[in-house]
Amino acid sequence: MSEGGGSFTLDGQVIAFAPGQTILTAATAAGVYIPHLCAHPDFPPHGSCKLCAVTVNGRDGSACTIEAAPGQEVRSDTPELHEIRRVLLQMLFVEGNHFCPGCEKSGRCKLQALAYDLEMLSPHFVQFFPHREIDASHPEFFLDFNRCIMCELCVRASRDVDGKNIFALAGRGRESHIIVNSPSGRLGDTDFAATDKAAEVCPVGAILRKEVGFATPIGARLYDQAPISQVDLQVDLPGREK
Amino acid sequence: MASLEAAASPEKLRRIAIDPLTRVEGHGKVTLLLDAENKVHQVRLHIVEFRGFEAFIEGRPYWEVPVTVQRLCGICPVSHHLAAIKAMDAIAGYSHLTPTAEKLRRLMHYGQILQSHAVHFFHLASPDLLLGFDSEPTRRNIVGVAAEFPDLAKQGVLLRKFGQEVIRHTAGKRIHGVGAIPGGVNKALSEPERDSLRSEIDQMILWARDAVRMIARLHEVHPAFYSGFGAFRANMMGLVDRHGALDLYHGSLRARDADGGPIFDHIDYSTYEKVLTEEIKPWTYMKFPHIRALGPEAGWYRVGPLARIQICAYLPSELAEIERRDFLALGAGKPVHGALLYHWARMIEALHAAEVIRDLLDDPDIAGTELMAERGERQQEAVGVIEAPRGTLFHHYRVGEDDLVKFCRLIVSTTNNNQAMNEAIRAVASEYVDGRVLTEGLLNHIEVAIRAYDPCLSCATHAIGQMPLEVDLVDADGALVDRRRKNLGGA
Repeated sequence: MSEGGGSFTLDGQVIAFAPGQTILTAATAAGVYIPHLCAHPDFPPHGSCKLCAVTVNGRDGSACTIEAAPGQEVRSDTPELHEIRRVLLQMLFVEGNHFCPGCEKSGRCKLQALAYDLEMLSPHFVQFFPHREIDASHPEFFLDFNRCIMCELCVRASRDVDGKNIFALAGRGRESHIIVNSPSGRLGDTDFAATDKAAEVCPVGAILRKEVGFATPIGARLYDQAPISQVDLQVDLPGREK
Repeated sequence: MASLEAAASPEKLRRIAIDPLTRVEGHGKVTLLLDAENKVHQVRLHIVEFRGFEAFIEGRPYWEVPVTVQRLCGICPVSHHLAAIKAMDAIAGYSHLTPTAEKLRRLMHYGQILQSHAVHFFHLASPDLLLGFDSEPTRRNIVGVAAEFPDLAKQGVLLRKFGQEVIRHTAGKRIHGVGAIPGGVNKALSEPERDSLRSEIDQMILWARDAVRMIARLHEVHPAFYSGFGAFRANMMGLVDRHGALDLYHGSLRARDADGGPIFDHIDYSTYEKVLTEEIKPWTYMKFPHIRALGPEAGWYRVGPLARIQICAYLPSELAEIERRDFLALGAGKPVHGALLYHWARMIEALHAAEVIRDLLDDPDIAGTELMAERGERQQEAVGVIEAPRGTLFHHYRVGEDDLVKFCRLIVSTTNNNQAMNEAIRAVASEYVDGRVLTEGLLNHIEVAIRAYDPCLSCATHAIGQMPLEVDLVDADGALVDRRRKNLGGA
């Protein structure tokens, strides 16, 4: 078992792990990127987006939730797994309204960056074009539900770090959506604040600060110079530059 | 010619459609109604796409808008970007910009003017002018021009490339970049970037002047034809600075009549609704703006290069002003109105743009780092106007306290030229189609008149070369008499 740590192989490379690490956190610590969206180093694993799908000893699973164990043979960088990830990304794109050309998060959006890195060339599926309202009731932030991928990072951050429990997931299946915990259901009627952890964790452009849009020039945005597979290895590691 | 807008008995006439128009930006068609003797009874330019941008801008955060509206157009996104940002400056509470920010925006805009004028003249219009309106249609394109006039084609390509490089250095990308943000710009021009552009600008100025001279020579060969093709008297409108000089980035509205007499002058563009209004017609998605005081029949006007260089007092650039004076000599003190003269005026503006770019690059402020102004009181409503390559461009917005856009109205350059383009094709149809056997070359005359206005018919996409075309000749009973088709498998 993993009580004492050990090592496993990831696409043939030996990866050492410490007790309690998952395959994803051990790989990240070793400088090997496994694509992911809902996983975040500051929160317990969630396992919902499935972008970190890997094959462990012949079985597919989520690298963010499978605990590292000695002797595991893990495969991640394979055409088959990348194809699965592309399809997952395509489904996320068509399920919402992701219009990158006008989105302030463009260039620093994990969904967009993964689509580039995994060479998603088209949405492939028929667009849902859901009708989703913008919640602009908060003086400093707006919620654009068109771009929400329901990773629940805001839910976890508000509940586990901020202690405010402002966001929650409601509905089932295609009707799943993020709701705001206030009598009116509006963000402006909560105590959501710019200093909240939930204000900074959204990987896409669903939670955005008002009036600071497009301040970073093209070429200097987070993923302009290097792909997410390189950039996030720096960003995600505890103690490294955020 | 206004009678050619609506035939008295259209059901008895043959309908000919030029659909789609080629070598213009966007998609449109022309319909002609002819009688049994091929006499023209009705000519209309139809815009067949419905864009809906005004509707889906509403409800979006206001600072997104200057980026989103760029997607109206692949040729002049910078114009939409800057017209919107000028409105959003006021909405966000910025009443002025830092000198560096304003000059960087101007640099971006004049780069846009230069590249757009180059792509229109060299890539889209020059095949007609250099190879002939009724030359072999399979070679009547930029590739055909490159084969016959390789040096000229290369200059056109490189002029456009230079303009795009100006845009890239100021907006981050050649097309659909993001440079201007409410209150300023997000990117400084580095000294290496400035020096790179400066090293090429003198050559660009020379090539732009050569292009002006080439059009002047074409005119000299057939002066009556070049001055008279698609000619009709029209009012003219554009922006001028406080001295009356041409300023493509900022100014006040001036309108002159067909003889150059004043209609209005130095109108604050934020009050444009006092002097302009729009009319809707059922056969096209494009509205018909006109001068309110003159009404829809007499109040329509022409915008763009031919209007701009004739209503301004002067061009504040030495070489372009010399060329402008040569151009004005054509009219011996009166405005000239021929459609093909647009090309001449457009290349004078391209030369002007190149000279302005040089002057901006030589200005020490251009490499400054003070990019954002101090913020004042927010506004709920604002108008941004700019002279886009094709003419005066209006962006009008109202924004709620929640930062979401509540109202959006766009009067784009081509819309301002709507009636003028219809008049131009009616003039050409009357002179070149009326009573004649239809040929591809004759129909191209109509397209030549539209191309002269450099229309952006959808303000979104552009088409070049092998576009599909099908023209049906139908008799009064609806029976197909003749059909011409090309490239129906493409596009």
